[in-house]
Amino acid sequence: MADYEVPELHEYPIVPKLQRDVMKHSAPFIAAEKFQGPLGFPGSLPDNWKEVAIDKMGELLGKYRSLQVFLDICVHCGACTDKCHYFLGTTDAKNMPVARQELLRKVYRRYFTFAGKYFPKLVGAVDLTEEVLDDWYSYFHQCSQCRRCSVFCPYGIDTAEISMAAREILDSVGKGHKYCNEIIGKVFVIGNNLGLPEPALRDTLEGLEEEIEEDTGVKVRFPLDEKGADILLITPSADFFAEPHVDGLIGYGKVFHEAGVSWTISSKASEAANFGMFIGSYENMRNVALRIREAALELGVKRIVFGECGHAWRVAYSFLNTLAGPFDFLDQNYPIPQHICEFTNNLLKEGKLRMNKAENDHMKLTFHDSCNVARGAGMGHVEGGQFTIPREVIKASCNYFYDMPQDTIHDATFCCGGGGGLLTDDLMELRVKGAQPRMEALKRVAEDHGVTNLAAICAICKSQFAKTLPYYGFTMDQIVSVHQLVSNAIVMKGSEQEAELDGETE
Amino acid sequence: MTLVTTFYVGLFYIATIILVVGVAMRIKKYAQTPAPLVIPTMPAPRTEAGVAYRMFREVAFFESLFRSNKWTWIFGYLFHFGMLLVLLRHLRYFTEPVWFWVNWIQPFGRYAAFAMVTGLLGLWARRFLVDRVRYISTPSDHLMLALLVGIGMSGIGMSFLVHTNIVGVKAFFLGLMRFSPEPLPNDPLLLVHLALVATLMIIFPISKLLHAPGVFFSPTRNQKDSSRESRHIAAWAKELEAKQ
Repeated sequence: MADYEVPELHEYPIVPKLQRDVMKHSAPFIAAEKFQGPLGFPGSLPDNWKEVAIDKMGELLGKYRSLQVFLDICVHCGACTDKCHYFLGTTDAKNMPVARQELLRKVYRRYFTFAGKYFPKLVGAVDLTEEVLDDWYSYFHQCSQCRRCSVFCPYGIDTAEISMAAREILDSVGKGHKYCNEIIGKVFVIGNNLGLPEPALRDTLEGLEEEIEEDTGVKVRFPLDEKGADILLITPSADFFAEPHVDGLIGYGKVFHEAGVSWTISSKASEAANFGMFIGSYENMRNVALRIREAALELGVKRIVFGECGHAWRVAYSFLNTLAGPFDFLDQNYPIPQHICEFTNNLLKEGKLRMNKAENDHMKLTFHDSCNVARGAGMGHVEGGQFTIPREVIKASCNYFYDMPQDTIHDATFCCGGGGGLLTDDLMELRVKGAQPRMEALKRVAEDHGVTNLAAICAICKSQFAKTLPYYGFTMDQIVSVHQLVSNAIVMKGSEQEAELDGETE
Repeated sequence: MTLVTTFYVGLFYIATIILVVGVAMRIKKYAQTPAPLVIPTMPAPRTEAGVAYRMFREVAFFESLFRSNKWTWIFGYLFHFGMLLVLLRHLRYFTEPVWFWVNWIQPFGRYAAFAMVTGLLGLWARRFLVDRVRYISTPSDHLMLALLVGIGMSGIGMSFLVHTNIVGVKAFFLGLMRFSPEPLPNDPLLLVHLALVATLMIIFPISKLLHAPGVFFSPTRNQKDSSRESRHIAAWAKELEAKQ
């Protein structure tokens, strides 16, 4: 099925011996000129690209403490070297986090440090050449910015920060990433990553309403652009049509219905995802985030709830207030913003949702902690809430749940391999190889506990797993949404499911 | 004053200035560079006290390193802790009267030198024996270890093999601190030890040794999780808002 070798899954993880340049050929398509302009970037490599790039690096060093400190304090201890899923899956030496950082650090040292200026060979400093620039383009698009390395670095050096800075520099000299930049453009023009216009959205939502009524006998509404609703749902556009994402959206609708809240989706801000983060561009990330603020103001809502999207949740939890706040016009009694899992979990704890776990008995579940949720966000005003809350929601919906090995979950979770703007077909080899550590952990728990399905709360993870599971002996329908499980188990008032259950007990 | 004394007086004054001013400049740069986004590695503490505790665990126990790699942790910790005891013991050469706890620490500091050198040699061995670490090691990484091992071994040499005139050494350093130089004993092992130490002081602010002050500025460890509750807007980001 592939013209490269799919990595093996072992009984216990093996740290591979490194190889040189085996993924040097991997690089995503470059953005065409017309996609660069709207984001404020040049369309192609300018003649003075070297000066522009070095100036940009200097500018970023002055704006981001993370970049300045991380480039200075790495001691090459190697603690991070066996922690990156792309290194484990590809064995390419430059995919070791420290080696990936060195691609940028070598140039930083040459132009910005005493040792690099006067004793370059001693400290491994190099000049910025086109070859170096190409290396940056290749290898900084082999990092999904998952932050796993920062957990294990003695100082918390975060390769994601370096990767974002590198992509910002690349963009500043016209070497933009087609997938990310085109998508950001679509958000500005149409309102979501997939370019789904309002009529298509309305049609999709009507279809979902019909489907739910057929399945349950209950009229669950999926409002669009409804002014005065209590809650604005911001969800990844994949939720509108992709599988298993759309089953999650159906779940949110049922939960909102049972909660008795009024809610709405916005066609203008019909995207939770924020690819501005992936390209390291504060301005673009902010502009994408501001659309949510504008929609909330226009629709006069009181609360913002985010659907199941990984990096969107990081932006929402960690950055939204800073980028697009203050949100003093929203109800301060609720978290701003709130995750759908927090919303559902609260209802479950209050006993407001009736669940029939048996509806999910045909599955034995495990949960994939998505990287941006695990290491880039929180939930529930409690340290580590992002681990416990989704699991509580799953356990309230299912009878069978088993966690994957401890060192592959929670903050040590392995990225699915498709994050950071790398979920594109031109990086398929990288994605398949990057999935290896997660697949290995899944196989372990499938063999030990008979786990049949993997649940996730991230649109990218769901798409990535749907694509890569078959390479490793699984099937693409083994990935499910958490709110799909909720949707299966929930017994809505006045539903056929309720009648069946209560009818039996009479 | 002999030529040797004059040279070392000058060397230590210069080295001290470079160390203090250099590190101060670097700390100033880290402190003044904004951290525009809330990016602690999650899960993160929700209070300042929690952050202080997290930072304490990193600096005192190398917590993240322990999770990463037990070998690196053992050698790294042996080296750093050994060095701490050694450095504290050395305060006797710079204080008069000597503080009581520095007196108590003397035997610990002398034997800790072995822990320090063992740790260093273990770390150095990894740079040859482990392919991943070999790949990322630059000449400066090896030289740094050589420098520290040299300092440790020359110190051990003086403590256990060829005693030096420590009364003269203390007089020399107290003299430096009082700006009234005294002669430096002429022992070759002492001169090597001091030259290596001065070298370490000089390269400190231009090397990876900056990880020592730097760790306290690492946003992934020193930020608290309060992003939903409060805005964390940097001055340059505020300007973006003003423009609109």
